[in-house]
Amino acid sequence: MKKTRLNSSHKKLGGKMIEFFDWEMPVEFSGIINEHLAVREKAGLFDVSHMGEILIRGRQALDFIQYLTPNDAARLTPKKAQYSALTTPQGTFIDDLLVYCLNPERYLLVVNASNSDKDFEWIFIHREGFDVEVENKSEDYTQLAIQGPRALEILQPLIEINLKEMSPFGSGWGKIEGEEVLVSRTGYTGEDGAEIYTLSSQPEKIWETILERGKNYGLLPVGLGARDTLRLEARLMLYGNDIDETTTVLEAGLGWLVKFEKGEFLGREALLQQKEEGIKRKIVGFEIIERGIARPHYPVFIENSEVSEVTSGTFSPSLEKSIGLTYLPIEYIEVGSEFEIGIRGKRAKARVVPTPFYKRGE
Amino acid sequence: MYPDDFYYTKDHEWIQVKEDKATVGITDFAQKQLGDVVYVEMPKVGTQLEFHQSIGVIESVKAVSDIYSPVSGEVIEVNTDLNDSPELVNQDPHGKGWFIRLKIGDETEFEKLMSADDYEKFLEGIEE
Repeated sequence: MKKTRLNSSHKKLGGKMIEFFDWEMPVEFSGIINEHLAVREKAGLFDVSHMGEILIRGRQALDFIQYLTPNDAARLTPKKAQYSALTTPQGTFIDDLLVYCLNPERYLLVVNASNSDKDFEWIFIHREGFDVEVENKSEDYTQLAIQGPRALEILQPLIEINLKEMSPFGSGWGKIEGEEVLVSRTGYTGEDGAEIYTLSSQPEKIWETILERGKNYGLLPVGLGARDTLRLEARLMLYGNDIDETTTVLEAGLGWLVKFEKGEFLGREALLQQKEEGIKRKIVGFEIIERGIARPHYPVFIENSEVSEVTSGTFSPSLEKSIGLTYLPIEYIEVGSEFEIGIRGKRAKARVVPTPFYKRGE
Repeated sequence: MYPDDFYYTKDHEWIQVKEDKATVGITDFAQKQLGDVVYVEMPKVGTQLEFHQSIGVIESVKAVSDIYSPVSGEVIEVNTDLNDSPELVNQDPHGKGWFIRLKIGDETEFEKLMSADDYEKFLEGIEE
């Protein structure tokens, strides 16, 4: 099993460790609900070093990324990041990712842990004809996330960059505890905050300094358990659950990141055709009206016929309800529309609700 | 930690006997493994239970877990407090977090269960 450089720090803190796509990661430290609410109300610190990082550099780095992804990477400047995807010619997902422009000939793609090898291979075979070099840096980077309403005030004194002036999805280089870091105003929780990337051989200095300073603000270390409930409340997609090689970008409700006008890219034709013809199904957020908790793969029924399955589902600590995501035929996606979910052989009523389930400041 | 007057199962249920009745719950080890309990599904009063029959489900944020009846018998009471306060299972697993009460069917079945000492040894084996 692979370990992040913070593995022994997690064990020292009493983290409950699990295997997550071949990585030994903490699922919780003080309890999922406790950690979840700390991020919503104060702040939380995550080790997300299992995420993959792929570096693309060279004269045609931008052209190449434009070809691989549906979002318009030409809008990126050296201090910006962008949410995008690696798409198949069918307009479905190889992965979803963040693209960081380090300089006009150097881009860092941050991809899912479960996909980093597959993504690297995909990118590598498509580089033909582009003057670029592709490097899998996944083992080299430590990635932390500090999230929550107090995240930036905790982090600010530790770094010389002005975080408040950084726009959402902005980024910058600086030093924390003498270690060089790339910091961006991004995250996977629906809260304000930052993600921190470093090649340092001693990232535990950074981890411990933030934990120590955060104590007085109510910051807690947070595991993968709360990361999942936080991202689902914010309706952020999880690869392998909500999106994969069978779901298109449009069906996943991510049409906003497809920039047809930018020119050719993998999947453009298929997505354009699907847009013109209209999608036949779309992802929706739901809550269970009756008792029960929806879990991934539970069957979804409309008028007694099984139409799909739950892609993500959990108990929402912020809303104290059972929430989830599923794909429904397009005629049933309206808010208020009711359907049923099979839970251990019984049917529970569910209703389509507006998403995100949770919005900061509400 | 584990009360001496309880019996325990390998599935981490406990059962406390008073005359011909018994109370059933899950152990402290089980609640720690599950994490925050957010939902409990219990059998109806009057249900006839066989030895090691599924009597319900406990769900934490992350996991779903079946609970089994340590012995056979008839369900005479369920802990309805758990409907509104499932966190009692975490807070007081051997007390207020109890699950059901039953009328014992066959006393000889207790021979198949573990004492507190045996259970603690059993846990040591798991945690190693």
